[in-house]
Amino acid sequence: MNRRFTAVLAIAASVAMLGNCATAEETEAKEAKGRLMMATTTSTADTGLLDYLAPIFLEDTGWELQWDAVGTGEALKMGENGDVDIVLVHAKASEEEFVESGFGVERFPVMYNDFIVVGPEEPIEATDDIEAVFTQITEENLAFVSRGDDSGTDKKEKKIWAALELEPTGNENYVESGQGMGATLTMADEMQAYCLTDRGTFLKLKKDADVALELEIVCEGAKDLLNQYGVIAVNPEKYPEVNNEAANEFIEWICSDEVQELIGEFGVEEYGQALFTPNAGTEN
Amino acid sequence: MNGIENLVNRLFSDVGVYDAIRVTLCMSVCSTLLSSVFGIALGLTLERFSFPGKRIVVRINRTLMGVPPVVVGLVVYMLIMRRGPLGFLGLLFTVRGMILAQTLIITPIICGMTYSYAVKTAPAVRVFAKTMGASRLQTSLLLVKEMKYELYFAMISGFGRSISEVGAVMLVGGNIKGNTRTMTTAIALLKSQGIFHEGLTLGLLLLAMAFVIQCLADFLRREVREEENY
Repeated sequence: MNRRFTAVLAIAASVAMLGNCATAEETEAKEAKGRLMMATTTSTADTGLLDYLAPIFLEDTGWELQWDAVGTGEALKMGENGDVDIVLVHAKASEEEFVESGFGVERFPVMYNDFIVVGPEEPIEATDDIEAVFTQITEENLAFVSRGDDSGTDKKEKKIWAALELEPTGNENYVESGQGMGATLTMADEMQAYCLTDRGTFLKLKKDADVALELEIVCEGAKDLLNQYGVIAVNPEKYPEVNNEAANEFIEWICSDEVQELIGEFGVEEYGQALFTPNAGTEN
Repeated sequence: MNGIENLVNRLFSDVGVYDAIRVTLCMSVCSTLLSSVFGIALGLTLERFSFPGKRIVVRINRTLMGVPPVVVGLVVYMLIMRRGPLGFLGLLFTVRGMILAQTLIITPIICGMTYSYAVKTAPAVRVFAKTMGASRLQTSLLLVKEMKYELYFAMISGFGRSISEVGAVMLVGGNIKGNTRTMTTAIALLKSQGIFHEGLTLGLLLLAMAFVIQCLADFLRREVREEENY
């Protein structure tokens, strides 16, 4: 009985020590002035852009950038609830509404990437005509995986269908995954279906996935397919507890010429092409 | 009033609640039944025979009772994906695939519980059956009958795990609207859209369903017990 008790005590003690270790490490890593919490879309995180920028941001300004990568809809919602200090998303209309409702201070354009349609090489031939591709998908009832999660990409897709006056749900092979871009792309690959995606996530997945994607780009370069990112600080008048100082520093930093240049270089070495095109200071 | 109407409309059209309820029930019931068959049979077999390494097997079983469902989901995904070893079956993103994953998750739970109960009950039953000259099959049946309530409880535990699981069904089922979207993955989706209230409503609905099923099962159990008293 006594031995058993000692064993339990030993386990409890080691667990407690482990807990101590974790806190010790945390305090060590926290040389930073503080933490800037960002809500952003899955694409900025999935492509590794933020992993690339965060250490440089820490070095330049002393703030530690942390982020939660979710869909644009949820990211803005987190801003509305004051759960984060800053949002970096890509759905201009929703972003402007976010600022107008007083949740955000001001929207600054940062960069853009573009959407592409990927899928099997047959029967759709590679083209730059998004209208033709979407029409063919509807007319021939081709398999298509939609995000269906109200994210920026999902909104973009819905907008294209609407602009073409097509009803995608009439196509029995049109499915909604309700998941992030990476999961949706893997699903499209499994189902040999078409899918609207941002270029960054596709390139990253194509390169890194354990089971190589068989999807190919079937439509790129259309003007409708540009994807503008904006950064907005959450309004400190609404939520005094947000870290507005760090948020403003981040906006100034990411819009600076040097960082814009860094963004333009990101991915060139690894994928042979830039994933994002910087355009801070423009009207986009 | 308008708010409630909006909520209901949204729930029933956007997320596809009817389909989600149907898929959830179909998946949980099927996987619980399958797991009960396998789990009870395995648990009883494990109790019945002793062999070298049995204690290790029991320990592995206990570990598997707490296996993270998402790990099972990943393994099943890799098995049944198009270029996986079982890809030709076309189970990925289907309810059948989800049932497979769920069965793998729940079977160890039911097996482990059955084993623990059997260890306590079986020796006495076996002695009794032997004195009555029962055959091996008769003895097993008698044991199952004796452990009726415990087995029922094991099944309910399995069902509870099945109905509340989200990681594995998300991976294997793919959360396809109207097809493999369950109530739990629908809640995950609603959360990812920043829609918390509807998610909560759906969660309450799920709890209510579980409660009704419990009541129903309890009712059936009481019937049996009353019959026995006479």
